[in-house]
Amino acid sequence: MAVSDLQVVQPTAERPPMVNTFAIMVATKNGSGSQTANTVLLRALFKMGIPVSGKNLFPSNIQGLPTWYTIRLSADGFTARRPRSEIVVAMNPATAIEDYQHVESGGVFLYADDIKLDLNRKDLSHYPVPAKAISTKYEKDARLRSYAANMVYVGVLAHLLGISLEELESALNFHFKHKPKPVQSNMQIIRASAEWAAQNLTKTDPFRVERMNKTDGLIMIDGNTAAALGAIYGGFTFAAWYPITPATSLADALTAYAPRLRTGPDGKATYAIIQAEDELAALGMVIGAGWAGARAMTSTSGPGISLMAEFAGFGYYAEIPAVIWDIQRMGPSTGLPTRVSQGDVLKVYYLGHGDCKHVCLLPAHPAECFEFGWKAFDLAERLQTPVFVLSDLDIGMNQWMSPPFEYPEQPMDRGKVLDAKQLDELGSFARYKDVDGDGIPYRTLPGTPHPLAAYFTRGTGHNEKAGYSERPDDWVKNMARLGRKFETARKIVPQPVVQEVEGARIAFISYGSADPAVEEARWRLEHHHQIKTSYLRIRALPLADSIKDFVAAHDRVYVVELNTDAQMYQLLRLHVGGELEVRLRAANWSDGLPLTARWVTSHVLQAEQAEAEKEGSK
Amino acid sequence: MTAAAPAKNLNSLGLPKAEYKGLPSTLCAGCGHNSISDKIIDAVWELGLRQEQVIKLSGIGCSSKSPAYFLGRSFGINTLHGRMPSVATGALTVNRTLYGIGVSGDGDTGSIGLGQFKHMLRRNVRMVYIIENNGVYGLTKGQFSATADIGQELKHAGRNELPPIDLCLEAITAECGFVARSFAGDPKHVISLIKAALNYRGTAVLDIISPCVTFNDRDDSTKSYYWGKTHDERINDFSFVMPQEEIVIDQVEGETLEVELHDGSRIVLRKLAEGQHDPTDKYAAMRLLQEARDKQQFITGLIYINTERPSLAELANLVDTPLAFLPQSQLRPSRESLEKLMEAMK
Repeated sequence: MAVSDLQVVQPTAERPPMVNTFAIMVATKNGSGSQTANTVLLRALFKMGIPVSGKNLFPSNIQGLPTWYTIRLSADGFTARRPRSEIVVAMNPATAIEDYQHVESGGVFLYADDIKLDLNRKDLSHYPVPAKAISTKYEKDARLRSYAANMVYVGVLAHLLGISLEELESALNFHFKHKPKPVQSNMQIIRASAEWAAQNLTKTDPFRVERMNKTDGLIMIDGNTAAALGAIYGGFTFAAWYPITPATSLADALTAYAPRLRTGPDGKATYAIIQAEDELAALGMVIGAGWAGARAMTSTSGPGISLMAEFAGFGYYAEIPAVIWDIQRMGPSTGLPTRVSQGDVLKVYYLGHGDCKHVCLLPAHPAECFEFGWKAFDLAERLQTPVFVLSDLDIGMNQWMSPPFEYPEQPMDRGKVLDAKQLDELGSFARYKDVDGDGIPYRTLPGTPHPLAAYFTRGTGHNEKAGYSERPDDWVKNMARLGRKFETARKIVPQPVVQEVEGARIAFISYGSADPAVEEARWRLEHHHQIKTSYLRIRALPLADSIKDFVAAHDRVYVVELNTDAQMYQLLRLHVGGELEVRLRAANWSDGLPLTARWVTSHVLQAEQAEAEKEGSK
Repeated sequence: MTAAAPAKNLNSLGLPKAEYKGLPSTLCAGCGHNSISDKIIDAVWELGLRQEQVIKLSGIGCSSKSPAYFLGRSFGINTLHGRMPSVATGALTVNRTLYGIGVSGDGDTGSIGLGQFKHMLRRNVRMVYIIENNGVYGLTKGQFSATADIGQELKHAGRNELPPIDLCLEAITAECGFVARSFAGDPKHVISLIKAALNYRGTAVLDIISPCVTFNDRDDSTKSYYWGKTHDERINDFSFVMPQEEIVIDQVEGETLEVELHDGSRIVLRKLAEGQHDPTDKYAAMRLLQEARDKQQFITGLIYINTERPSLAELANLVDTPLAFLPQSQLRPSRESLEKLMEAMK
């Protein structure tokens, strides 16, 4: 059943139980230590076998501003953000009024008992929690008291919902890496709070959890860690980066995992990581390393991408492999630095000046971040060009359930690189000559000991032999070859994932973190409204030719994305062109929050109704 | 390096100097940059370096065009305006066996690239960083650069009201351990500085005053040939000695200072007068530069030397094989390691 369709009801214990399908929102202050409490809750539920997703809605601030954490439980396995929650835990007086209104009708309002609020909603169950009293009693260290207060709501929820105390304890062990002291002190508060709830609260709500087996074999991870692991297994040898939310945790994960996975038997590293002075220098270093033959990468977000524009164009035209992760956040300008968007699509695709376009990979979840983490290097070296991976804050920083990552089965593709022996055999070498007809030339690496090896790399006009040239024919010929290379890219980048449903007249096209909302909306449309839909998820730019056939097979195709200018929709219009263009419908939304199935569903229903009325009036 | 004397006109690799030439220069006839290109050829040829082991890097500007005009068998990369340091940092980290020769100008280094310049020095990337300093933008036809003297007048640009940035001073404050100034009109001095710089373990900055004959060669310009020839105040005499070579110094009066570089080669410096500058004294070097700038003095020589700082690649604790040439077997961790990781995340 759809959880959002709850009736307005009086709270009573008589209502049928709501098991494993509801959402919890915890409202706290940034820097109060609530992240530990929330991830421990999330992990305990996950280990009870219940499908969960955790999303952190946090401010651009170190301490004091409001922050919200949402945990969605879904027995059906849906993971998109829910617009409202059945259970709200209010720990922040500054937002309590708003948080109170956020509770779904029939839901639960759990609040720190020192919050003064007019509790006038008759459709909710209200539970005051003596967070301060319990934390003061058990935590003697005043500095740790706010952390302890968060464990109070964990304990109360454990009692009210039936969350296993054993799983909470092992989640604490996981979080604190089995350090006994913090595990014991936090567990003491959780137990005391659960006992307090048992003695003092009368349960009037229908929500509870039960063990299931739907998370067996799954892992819990964020996309940035997944991306870093992908890069490590993809053999990155060089990374340069500059701190920026929400990309920092990708470089942090590289720094955390590379030492143990990529240190040789002699104790020496097979990689170098440099924190650059800015994003411009970060990509400059990556271009230098890629030119010299390394698998080089950087990670950034929108503002950093702007600084990288100059080197992106250079890399494209000088044909230097590089991998650039863009963990997208909300622009324009500084925008909402801690909120999600898919707003960099057009900018990154055309980044540079002059006629410039780039290969972009579009992961939708952590497993794909891992896969593209290594694949991006293969593509960059095969195509001798910068490859961008467009992830976003939701994928990158939030906790996702995922199947374990698959080990890369194919050997690394180091592309067309000539060594001294091959140069001897060939007897000649022209850096930018299209020998194979795929637009991809051969390259040599600095240090190759052969008199023919060296060439001069430049962003200025050049001929096949890499010589400086201002000749119009050289320019035209080179750009035509780059065009052929881009067509080669179109065929070898990850192809779309297509679900063609028989009898479906309408379809979705989407990408990246919009995927869970689209999948859930399709389920709702089919089960609640009897509308079948097909779905094509784009995984890379340039756009695959097969997308044209997909569009041709449907009357209307909704392009769902998280930005204000319908950026992928614009690219798709150019791509399908002609008569197919009119079948595309922009379905874009951007408010800084991850997309919800509710928005997608109602958008399509309204649009379809308008279509029907238009048809009817003809 | 073999000790046997090479045949006449051949270096230790048995190659004639002509093999080290580049393409014909397209810079103006008489440009100081051309004579520096020639001295790079001389230095690399005389040291007997394999050209394939040398990478040439530059930014944008007249100076930055010049890497095409020397060492034709070396890999070259003409990067973006002011961004050569970052590219050099990446390339020379992933392949530590390469010699880096960067050529930049006063606009490229002193204005648009000042940030990258200083951060590269802070990291101590092992390379020779040559600034062909003429105080003027040539390719865009004669604007003042950030190293132009205050009060200077140029035909199109008018009068410069701003004080100059002293790039040697900037280098020292960024902890660069090899800082020298020279004059393109003094080939002997330039060549021995380049040789020593190529053997230094970090970034060696050579600020070479290199007159622009088209836009800034008026006799009253401190960046002109006339000024260089009439005002050059040498602070020390400089010789570079390869590890196995004997030190032969002209028998002239003066105190000598010997600095050993990490590969065993040595720099021998001789003070030219009593109480002259000690280039191992950082504060003295800064004072010297500051005073010279205030008095518009043209001092040349090795201004500061410090051989203690490790290079960036040394600090990174890297495997012996250049990162750029590591095979898959060293780059992709085992299947078991991934399974173990995944198990821990369940």
